[in-house]
Amino acid sequence: MELLAFGNTGWGDELFIATLMTVAVSITAMVIGFIFALIFTPLKLSKYKFLNYIANFYTTIIRGVPELLVIYLFFFGGSGAIMYVASIFGYNEYIEINAFLTGAFSIGIISGAYSTEVFRGALQSIDKGQFEASNVLGFNKIIRFYKIILPQMLRLSIPNLSNVWQITLKDTSLISVTGLVEIMRQSYIAAGSTRDPLFFYTFAAILYLLLTFLSMKFINRMEVKYNRGF
Amino acid sequence: MDINLIITSFPKLIIASFTTIKLLSVSLLIGLFIGLVFALLRINNNIILGKIAYGYSYVFRGTPLLVQIFIIYYGFGQVELIRESIFWSVLKEPYWCAVIAFALNTGAYTSEILRSAFQTIKPGLIEAGKSLGVNSKIIFYKIQIPIAIRQSLPAYGNEIILMLKGTSLASTVTLMDLTGVAKYIISTTFKPIEVFIIAGSIYLFFTFIIHNIIKVLEKKYSF
Repeated sequence: MELLAFGNTGWGDELFIATLMTVAVSITAMVIGFIFALIFTPLKLSKYKFLNYIANFYTTIIRGVPELLVIYLFFFGGSGAIMYVASIFGYNEYIEINAFLTGAFSIGIISGAYSTEVFRGALQSIDKGQFEASNVLGFNKIIRFYKIILPQMLRLSIPNLSNVWQITLKDTSLISVTGLVEIMRQSYIAAGSTRDPLFFYTFAAILYLLLTFLSMKFINRMEVKYNRGF
Repeated sequence: MDINLIITSFPKLIIASFTTIKLLSVSLLIGLFIGLVFALLRINNNIILGKIAYGYSYVFRGTPLLVQIFIIYYGFGQVELIRESIFWSVLKEPYWCAVIAFALNTGAYTSEILRSAFQTIKPGLIEAGKSLGVNSKIIFYKIQIPIAIRQSLPAYGNEIILMLKGTSLASTVTLMDLTGVAKYIISTTFKPIEVFIIAGSIYLFFTFIIHNIIKVLEKKYSF
């Protein structure tokens, strides 16, 4: 137990900060995923075939390729791509992008593909009458989307989004390969310096279980809240 | 775009993908067996066995696969008892550590899929079997199992694809599977995009094949 002491003698405080880091990366990735999903869901349902192809290309590729490979692509390719763009504008110094952003962005793209599918499903299951009623009442397209369709879509997608959240939370463990100090990386460091991998990896597993357990509690409460009146 | 690199690394990645396929098929086979056992424990009337099976699936579905592999590969080697036992000849190989982790992980998901399949079988079918005087073993093998397999095919297809992506984690325990070799080529040539395109297409090709096999099976067993 002294291995988990706070302060200089144990790994408690380091692991606590690492847990916060995991939560921070997951939330950032989830938000980035939402942005991607809100861009690609309309494309998926658009009546133009070409836009459908773009959205399908995105979700198929991301959902068919291992997460680790996507992370390697952004980890090794990210700074190269940014340096290339910068060199067009005449900036030739070495640019290193931060591990947090690379990680959150690559996981965000992955969770965005799943969220797109969830939003598409939710949008398609909204009753047609809702669209027709809002047309009859003379709402314009923007108000119709923000005030009538979006709230219903979000409510319908909460159960599936909780799955996406679980996947995202677990995927953040893969960012440890880029050197970002989250739960997995911190356990790796601790296991290496104390030569006690069994203890630290088991503890990491417990931390992840705790996170999934707590987030499930929170999401269930949210589901109840947004389902009142239905 | 470096066409040369694409041509030279393609055969290497193809050879590496055999390791991926081997890992996938062995762990799916073991995982299916584990999943079936735990699904039966879940639908069993014994509460304690049900709780144990639930605990197993909760733990393995709630933690990342990476942690599971690391516990088995790095963690178990530390325990004196395991190192002196006969299991050590298996657990010292990174290949078997990865297979065990994958099998336990996919077993947890498979048990959930099969459990829900068993639970959605209409009780009328079992009752009909009973009233015809069929004994319960035959009801299980001839009625429950075929229906459960059909019910769980779509979800199990997803699980196979998730597992295909999961096998990429074998590269973290020194195995040179598709992702492992891709990473090696990326880190020696610093050309991530070309390598990503080939490795990604190989993975997508496998996904496509799995997807179609499941589709054919679904059609074959539809009723």
